[in-house]
Formats: sequence, C-alpha cells, structure tokens
Amino acid sequence: MGTCLRFSLAVLPAAFILCLASAGTHNKTGVSGAWLKNVPLYAGARTNPYAQDEDAVAAGAKLFQRHCSSCHGKDANGTGRAPTLNSFTVKNASPGALFWLLRNGLLRRGMPSWSRLPDEQRWQIVTYLQSIQDR
Amino acid sequence: MLVPTFAAAIWAADAPYFVTYTHHMEEPGTLEVAIENLTGRPQAGERFLGSLLEVEYGVKGWWSTEFYFSGQSTRNDSTLFTGYRWENRFRPLMGEHWINPVLYVEFADLNGADKTMKEVVGFDSQFDQNTRNAEARVEKKREIETKLILSSNFKGWNLAENVIAEKNLSNAPWEFGYAVGVSRPLALKASPRACRMCIENVRAGVEFYGGLGTRHRFGLGDTSHYVAPTVALELPSGTTFQISPGFGMTSASHGFLLRFAVAYELPGLARHLRRLWRTYR
Repeated sequence: MGTCLRFSLAVLPAAFILCLASAGTHNKTGVSGAWLKNVPLYAGARTNPYAQDEDAVAAGAKLFQRHCSSCHGKDANGTGRAPTLNSFTVKNASPGALFWLLRNGLLRRGMPSWSRLPDEQRWQIVTYLQSIQDR
Repeated sequence: MLVPTFAAAIWAADAPYFVTYTHHMEEPGTLEVAIENLTGRPQAGERFLGSLLEVEYGVKGWWSTEFYFSGQSTRNDSTLFTGYRWENRFRPLMGEHWINPVLYVEFADLNGADKTMKEVVGFDSQFDQNTRNAEARVEKKREIETKLILSSNFKGWNLAENVIAEKNLSNAPWEFGYAVGVSRPLALKASPRACRMCIENVRAGVEFYGGLGTRHRFGLGDTSHYVAPTVALELPSGTTFQISPGFGMTSASHGFLLRFAVAYELPGLARHLRRLWRTYR
C-alpha cells in the first residue's frame, strides 16, 4: 500500500468527523429578524397569490412538515437548531419578505435556500406561516 | 434506539440528475445515504453493474461534503471494490441569483476497473471497459477533479451546466468534460391532500454529458457523449427513487446505459449524535 494511500485513508475519515462536529456550530436562524434589512423593496412588496386560500394553507402545512419541521419543529415553535416561527418577526414580515427568505435562505446562519421548490410551493408555505400567527 | 431517532426524514426535492450537479446543497446537519447503480454492455465486452454508495452531509448552508465508495461486477469476470472519492462543494455567493456558481473539488482514489462513470471526461470510451478486471485493477488512478457548476431556477425549471477538469496525479494531462441538465417537477403547486404518489412528487428532466478531450487535444473528436432522460419520485417518507436510461451519441459511447438509484435523508444527524453522546457517556 503506497504512502499516499495510507495517508489519505488516515486523513479522510478524520476530516469527515471534523465536518460532522463543525455542524454543531450553526447559529440560530433569524431570531432577531435582522435579515429583514436585506430584503429588497421590490421583493418585500410582492403580494401572495394564495393569500386567504384554504387549500394553500393545507398544502403549505404539508410542505412545512416535509421541509421545515425537522429544524423548526412540527408546530413551528422552534427546536435547538432553528427558532420559532410563531414570532413577532414572522407576524410582522410581509408575505414578500418571507418569500424572499425562503428563496435566498441565510446560508451563513444555517438556513438553507429553498429555491429548489417552485415559486407556487414557496407561496403556499408563506400562506401557512401567516395562518399560524393568530393561533 | 437509532431507528426512532432517525425516523423523521425530510424531502430532498433535488433535481433528478445522476451526472449533473446543481447549486442546491444538502441542508445543514442532514445526512443523505444513496445507492447509485449503472449497468451497460460495451460492444465487445461483458455486461457490468457499477455501484456507488454515496454518503453526503450538509456541513453548512454553503458547504456540502460527500464520500463515494464504488465497486463493480462484470459478467463472466469478477466483482470488486474499485475505490473511493471525496468531494466538497462550496457556494461562494450566499443569495440566490439568476446564475448561481458552485465550486467543486474532488479527490478520487480509484483503480482502472471502476465502471461507475460518475462523469465522462477526456477520451473516456466504451472500449476502456473491455479489459478484464484482473488486468484493469492494476492501474491506479489518483485524481483531482474540479468543476464549475452553474445553475439557475426559473418558474419551476432548473437548468444546470457543469464544466469539468480532471487531473490524474501521475504524469497525465488535464482532461475535460461537461454535463448539462434541465428538469422540472410535473406539478408546480402542491396538492392540499396528503399523498405519496402526488404528481408534484415526480421530477423529470434530461441531461447531456460527455468528454472534451485533453489539454493536448481539446475537442469533440473520438470523445463519447450521452443524452439521458431522467425521472425521480420523492416519497414523503424521505426516500427518493431515480431512474435514467442513457443513449450514446458517438461510436466511442456505450449504446445504452441504465442508471437507477435510491436515496434516503436523515435530518439533524449532528444533533442526534450529540444527544446519543450525552445519553450514554
């Protein structure tokens, strides 16, 4: 077995374990709502095409459970990984701002971008998030 | 203990490509385990099955790391482990843009019998795979591979382009290749019903990939190229099934390749491991 191979066999698993360990250092996402300052005016002003649509609330709830609940909790009240979404920040954010956040994420702070979802599904999630604010 | 801990899986909702990469990274703290298979038959050779065990982890929102362990089995020959790869993908721009670049770096330690065809570069050809395994495995391929991934999402469509440059660490020239993919979910709106087989759970697309020669002889001559329609079904349980028939477009290409894969995502792995550590220490 060559020196290069022995070296890589030793280093690669160690590097992978370091990667796993560093994942514990994510900051909690957007607790303060500081991200709202980054939302462009045009994006914040966009209106939700599914506002008040009961089907969109149900579809958004389903999407939330699939994509978001592992970090934000099944009832959106937050976990150790990510903050509650039943919050003053979310309640007061415009639909366009929430849509912008889902599209862009906060990659440095651990919130992934959900641009992989079609716009329609992100609006459905926004509809659901706004529907739970008054509960 | 581990089973209920990992029971809450999430959807990947990734593009259904086998060769092309997009700018979508693994969610932070999520581990994806996948088995990817490729079967084909060179004109003058035996049918083979190349398999990859893939372990991908989202380290940060902008950084994913992935290990691949590969092997193959050839009819009337043998079955063997052919090596491993370690790749890292980085998103230099934090927001979402019209075109989103990702930098990809991979180290591969494979032998010449590898038939997983995770990418096609240089003058890779079906004729490389006619050699008997006992002879092919003697060749060592320690390679650095880099990719520039450009990817865009628009109205539910994803378009991704990869430019590939690969260097065998022995005295061999840089080899180049490309991959391009386009895909879309079959429905853009999610249904309000809870369902496994909803049409929005299916993504379909097509990818094109092939070699572009080497630093000394760049171009399309004597290279192999493929077109491959692809379909993925993502179940709410977190399991994704993918299949892609590939068709060779040049004489150096395999006539037909079939890729199929199954993947499963385990969210919050680091958190679960920390919890287990606290419980048992």
